[in-house]
Amino acid sequence: MTRMDFEVVVLAGGASSNLSPLVSQELPKALLPVANRPVLSYVLELLEGSNLKDLIVVVEGEDAAQLVGGWISGAYADRLHVEVAAVPEGVGTAGALRSISSYLTANDVLIVSGDLVTDVPPGAIAATHRRHGAVVTTLLCSSPVSGPSDSGTSGGKEKAKKPVRHNIIGLDPTRQYLLHMATGAEVEKDIRLQKRILQAVGQMEIRADLMDAHLYAFKRTVLQDILDQKDKFQSIRQDILPYLIRTQLSSEVSGNGLVSSESGSNKSAVQDELRWLSQHREIAPSTFQDSQPLSLKSQRDDQRSHKCCVYIANESKYCARLNSIQAFSDINRDVIGEASHLSGYSFSAQNNIIHPSAELGSKTTVGPQCMLAEGSKLGDKCSVKRSVIGRHCRIGSNVKIVNSVVMNHVTIDDGCSIQGSVICSNVQLQERVVLKDCQVICHFFSVLYNLPTSWYGRKKCL
Amino acid sequence: MDPRRPNRTVSDPKVRQVGFVTPAATTPPPRSVSDALVSSSSAAAASSPPTGTSLSPVMIPPPRHGASDGLPARGTVPLAVPNSGSLLRRDNLQILVGAHDHNETEVVLGTPPMTSPSSRIHDGVSEFSDNASMSPWYGRSDPDKLASSLAGRNSELMMSKSVGAGGGSGGGHTPKSPLTTASVVKTLPGISGTSIFILNNLHLSEKQGGALGIQNDLAEAPMPLKEKTTKAERRALQEAQRAAKAAAKEAGEALIHFLEFYRGGVPANTQQAKSVKPSQKKDAPQVTAPSVSSEKKIVDRPIEKDRKKDVPPPRMQFDDKHKVEKVKRRAMVNQFEAKNRVELFRHLPQYIHGTQLPDLEAKFFQLDAVHPSVYKVGLHYLSGKISGGNARCIAMLLAFKEAINDYSTPPEKAFGRDLTTKISSYISFLIECRPLSISMGNAIKFLKHRIAKLPLAMSESDAKLSLQSDIDRFINEKIEIADKVIVRHAVAKIRDGDVLLTYGLSSVVEMILVYAHELGKDFRVVIVDSRPKLEGQVLLRRLIAKGLNCTYTHINAISYIMHEAKRVFLGAASVLSNGTVYSRVGTACVAMVAKAFNVPVLVCCEAYKFHERVQLDSICFNELGDPDVILKVPGHVASNYLEGCVDNDNLQLLNLNYDATPSDYVSMIITDYGMVSCTLMLFYGYVFPYC
Repeated sequence: MTRMDFEVVVLAGGASSNLSPLVSQELPKALLPVANRPVLSYVLELLEGSNLKDLIVVVEGEDAAQLVGGWISGAYADRLHVEVAAVPEGVGTAGALRSISSYLTANDVLIVSGDLVTDVPPGAIAATHRRHGAVVTTLLCSSPVSGPSDSGTSGGKEKAKKPVRHNIIGLDPTRQYLLHMATGAEVEKDIRLQKRILQAVGQMEIRADLMDAHLYAFKRTVLQDILDQKDKFQSIRQDILPYLIRTQLSSEVSGNGLVSSESGSNKSAVQDELRWLSQHREIAPSTFQDSQPLSLKSQRDDQRSHKCCVYIANESKYCARLNSIQAFSDINRDVIGEASHLSGYSFSAQNNIIHPSAELGSKTTVGPQCMLAEGSKLGDKCSVKRSVIGRHCRIGSNVKIVNSVVMNHVTIDDGCSIQGSVICSNVQLQERVVLKDCQVICHFFSVLYNLPTSWYGRKKCL
Repeated sequence: MDPRRPNRTVSDPKVRQVGFVTPAATTPPPRSVSDALVSSSSAAAASSPPTGTSLSPVMIPPPRHGASDGLPARGTVPLAVPNSGSLLRRDNLQILVGAHDHNETEVVLGTPPMTSPSSRIHDGVSEFSDNASMSPWYGRSDPDKLASSLAGRNSELMMSKSVGAGGGSGGGHTPKSPLTTASVVKTLPGISGTSIFILNNLHLSEKQGGALGIQNDLAEAPMPLKEKTTKAERRALQEAQRAAKAAAKEAGEALIHFLEFYRGGVPANTQQAKSVKPSQKKDAPQVTAPSVSSEKKIVDRPIEKDRKKDVPPPRMQFDDKHKVEKVKRRAMVNQFEAKNRVELFRHLPQYIHGTQLPDLEAKFFQLDAVHPSVYKVGLHYLSGKISGGNARCIAMLLAFKEAINDYSTPPEKAFGRDLTTKISSYISFLIECRPLSISMGNAIKFLKHRIAKLPLAMSESDAKLSLQSDIDRFINEKIEIADKVIVRHAVAKIRDGDVLLTYGLSSVVEMILVYAHELGKDFRVVIVDSRPKLEGQVLLRRLIAKGLNCTYTHINAISYIMHEAKRVFLGAASVLSNGTVYSRVGTACVAMVAKAFNVPVLVCCEAYKFHERVQLDSICFNELGDPDVILKVPGHVASNYLEGCVDNDNLQLLNLNYDATPSDYVSMIITDYGMVSCTLMLFYGYVFPYC
């Protein structure tokens, strides 16, 4: 039997277009290093910490699946039992689920996005899901409105440039039920709320400071029905979730009888428990209180409604998704900074991690919240602040690295200055290159380059 | 001793306790005895040790006359009635009357050394001695039987006779002998309790009347005891209750036996005698400091056996730090105990509310041992989604049913045994979520009994099926059909034009009201509610929806609204074997007011919720709710008076969940076995099988 009747699906994605300069065919998103560990490892370790050891990891693309599978079997050979499933590229999250849905057997399914970096226990979502008997429960966390706090000098400027994306999320007054959800693009002009839901609840709390962390608990039967019947659905977040929210109260909205069939399958899946409870409820109604705020709902046909619940993560928990380049550098910084417990490394007294095999030149300073992986060499008079430097990097003298991520096997020559940038693997920077807020992925970068700070974006050089 | 023994026709060898060692402990159900002051005198010269001194007050000998004298006496005249009364007696009586309304009984056993004369009883006693020759008798309403005698003069002879015959037989016999023992039940105005002083004044002669010495051994004991034995008290009470269970039939007569015991000073034979004897030897007449511990030990021994047999282990006492630590280590849920707890209720678990649920949720996948459905039920308990005796019980049973369904015996283990341990682990998990209700306890007992009774030869699948159908049957018969039967019974009590008052939310009361409405009866309902749960609103909403005519008020207005009520219908979490109704806090108040207004109180309770426990107050066993909710006044703007005070060390919040309604306030209990008056509950506790 699966643990607590839950199965776990990790959607590791493929080569995401959002992160296109960073990820590639050779480096799928799941393996993108965050603090020198593939981002997927954060999810896997979170799940492992919750005793969830039987996982299904879905990867887009055969090649990517092989890479991911290879890495997992190497790193977690004896710790986790992972099945890696490859799905064609571009099918979307719903499509990915559709292709594996026939393998699911447990009562509920926990779906985790592979790019999630968090310390919210997945058990909490699962338990909330169970407690409410919900059809879907989603994890909401406070969205980084102005970016994760940045103590650096350039922080303020960075923040100003963040694309403003609002998620409009409607909750009931007890903040347990999800009544409305719309993401940035849809929010431009006005929000359309359903009168029916509003009537049932009486009061809706609309919040823009929450974001969907892409950690869902679904009732398996419902999920499978939707996947089967709505074959146009591409994405969980954009299609399935809004659909479920919309049809919370009645099947009339959809009009095609989907929900009624859904509730039918619900009924079949429900064990004796519900039968008894409902039976008893008819006899002795007051034994079971309508604790749900959707109390008017009970006046309607109870069978046709389902619940969409939320679990709102505590403010103190860290929760971020690696879905943009900005997020990538933010997460990198946070993981070795404020959310350092996630990194799994032990920090030195100076609050940084310097691998014993790293070599530092004279008068080189490595500030707090820095990370130097194994085999990296720094020349003299270098200064590293709030940055991650990968394996086997060779860094010359008089190099300043601030707020940046330097991946593996990077060579940086003397006199370079790098701020707020991401430098991918195998890049070579020649002397006195000045980079600000750039991503560099090419193999050879020679010219002295001084980019204006206002020029945020991707600099791709061949 | 020997001459006395034959007089005592001891029917029941068991030792019973009615209370704990400290003054409060000996309290019998207040109503029954509160003012019973009976004095008895018995004699025993120095040679014959007043057994009472050595005995713990918690030991009660068996009844001499069976139940006949017990029950009727309880309700009757609280004061002793002088049988061959003299004026002096009466004077004495008046003194005693002073503290009529106190309801605790204190037992003091005196022995010869004339130390510490107590001024309080001085008068009375001196009179005794003066009148010793008259050998008057106090009796209760039924002097022949219950009579407690004040033996003017002596002594063994008298005592032995008095036990049986009461009356004047003993009295006048031997005027020459010195006054030996005067025992007086005295109420002390200053103390909140009635005290029984048994004075053994061996050295007093008639002429010495005024000078009276009292060895106040036990009277002194209480003070130190109180300080050191909050735990011991409770444990003693537990044991008392356990013992009472063993002899609950006579529970109501407890005091009488108790008094007889002291008067007669005759140890019961058999088991009891054994337990008593050593103490007799030890603390002979000159008891100086009857050590509670030694007494307790003695009391414990015979009871220990009982416990092993059929009594569940005592509940966890949360003021015992070591045990709490131990339990915490084993606990599956991290529990943060609240800091500012009310002293009197420290033995009950009190956690910081709101910390348990997130913690438990976060551990969702880590709890190996717990079946998902049990886990879900636990979450519901914790979040308050499932509340109420019936609902909790049904939910638990259904979860167990599912767990049994999914259960498979691990290799090399026996089905029954392993399943029992599994179920026990589920139960301890549920207890961590919320203390068990009595109804659940009975259901668990039933289930375990069924598991134990499974024939060994039965195959696993058959056994599982049989258990599941047993659970179904239990739910069906004991709860659902029981409810229906109760409704049928209760509806007979509703007439047109009635105004029915109910308190809070009880499923069965709701069913009664709805059913009566469906029958076309014309009545009005007054729903009394109380903060913080405001459960009555749920009931109100449903009843209004059904078209019933309702009045809604809060318990503050109970004395006003009670004028209107014709009948009071109440639900109960449990009915205990002494007739005490254990129910949502506030019920006792409503019942008491109803009693004062002569409104009949009908308590509706399924028989599976009956429990053989005897509970005299709502302190020993109760449940503490979230203390913070009582601070919140919904809809009140200026409700922040206490904002920021919560962490103040001087503030202790108490939110009790249950209270105990004495059977005096209950006119009738409606069960699925019919309607019974509360006093009969004493017997019903045994008649109704739970399993």
